[in-house]
Amino acid sequence: MLKILKYSFFDLIRSRWSYVYFLFYLLLGFVLLFLNNDVSKAVITLMNIIIVLVPLIGTIFGVMYYYNSKEFTELLLAQPIRRTSIFLGQYFGVAGSLTMSLVLGLGIPFVMYGLFKSDAIFDFSLLLVTGAFLTLIFTALSFNIALSNENKIKGFGYAVLLWLFLAVIYDGLFLMSLIIFKEYPLDTFSLAATMINPIDLSRILILLELDISALLGYTGAVFKKFFGTQTGLIISIVMLVIWTAIPLWWLTYKAKRKDF
Amino acid sequence: MIHIKELHKSFGKNKVLSGIDLDIETNGIFAVLGPNGSGKTTLIKSILGMVLPQKGTITVNGAPIKKNWKYREQIDYLPQIANFPGNLKVRELIRMIKDLRRKPSEEQRLITLFQLEPFMDKRLSTLSGGTKQKVNIVLTFMFDCPLIVLDEPTTGLDPASLIHLKGLIREEKEKGKTILITSHIMQFVAEVANTIVYILEGKIYFKGSIPELKEQTRQNDLEHAIAAIANAKNHA
Repeated sequence: MLKILKYSFFDLIRSRWSYVYFLFYLLLGFVLLFLNNDVSKAVITLMNIIIVLVPLIGTIFGVMYYYNSKEFTELLLAQPIRRTSIFLGQYFGVAGSLTMSLVLGLGIPFVMYGLFKSDAIFDFSLLLVTGAFLTLIFTALSFNIALSNENKIKGFGYAVLLWLFLAVIYDGLFLMSLIIFKEYPLDTFSLAATMINPIDLSRILILLELDISALLGYTGAVFKKFFGTQTGLIISIVMLVIWTAIPLWWLTYKAKRKDF
Repeated sequence: MIHIKELHKSFGKNKVLSGIDLDIETNGIFAVLGPNGSGKTTLIKSILGMVLPQKGTITVNGAPIKKNWKYREQIDYLPQIANFPGNLKVRELIRMIKDLRRKPSEEQRLITLFQLEPFMDKRLSTLSGGTKQKVNIVLTFMFDCPLIVLDEPTTGLDPASLIHLKGLIREEKEKGKTILITSHIMQFVAEVANTIVYILEGKIYFKGSIPELKEQTRQNDLEHAIAAIANAKNHA
């Protein structure tokens, strides 16, 4: 698996899109820092961007990479390698290179600005960890979609729809159900509803750490009241790990049973 | 070498293989022929473990291939469509496949043979179809495996390379290897193959040598003999 990972990774970090993605974050980091002049404020702005953008890029890159390397995957399948190694290797190659673009792209400007001297270092690292998790989760989801759809257009469509649903529509539905059922106790419902959306989960994770009650919103407040900051952090990280593990397990399950 | 028993495979409602029995014991060159969509590639991919049959067993060198991947160390495979990661250079791709297989290889001789030196440092996305096929051939023939599977090896090759390819196939045959080939170019098949395996509607319709085939169909050349089998089936 490590060999496949190595080659997928090197193939990707030489592609133009990885550079565009990296440069985008680099630019974003510098602009935000010099506009805000404050690391903590920049972290909050970044969170809003990362939480929407990282899943989108992870989804699109995952689907694109899978379809583009289809013939090559077939070549690998004929080699004496385990099937799961091929797919997991490619998956970690994509997710790894995206994560690297994110970490380096944002890390460089923040370090240059004096991150190590500021007290926002833990907040910032948590932001990057969340970004990495979102990349892992959405790349895994998109690999699953691509694996079960031979038709590229359909695969792309489903992947973008999934992103749209989790990033935008889900919140709308959530909010609407809160309004409709406002007569009822909704604590447990909103807790559960947050847990099953990795984007919401990441948002709350970062907001809990930043401790900005104004931005926490209803679910965040419930979350905080229920778990407290420390437990809340741990639980949301555990949930993110589960969110990564399940699509990955499903990916290997499907890959073992597919015809090429 | 290869034993296939009662192999069934369908994709959805489309039944591709319906009870293939095939034993390939001896060395030599076996041409797997059949009309478009008759299941040649599916059969080959089943042997490689890329397609998972619903029923039936395949053993390669005595080992059942189900849930097994080690046996592929014995097989060199040339896929039908040569498409590689575009950002890799030819040299890196060859190094990568060598790295994956960890076997002695003789790529240098093949690179010289197919005159690929000027392309070694080019990215694969910039190569023409024929050049990609040459790279594909180098990747297949650089290892020394007892079983070689070639799916449409002649696609996109110029005459000079085609001659080299035939030479290579003959060389491997003389080393006592078993070679499976699918092709629609009958002239090529007639030149290289010892045994014809003809698949029709998911079953082995004919297995034997070229003279036997010509005798059975009362035709003088292979192309007409093959066409005659397909027609005979249609009239029956």
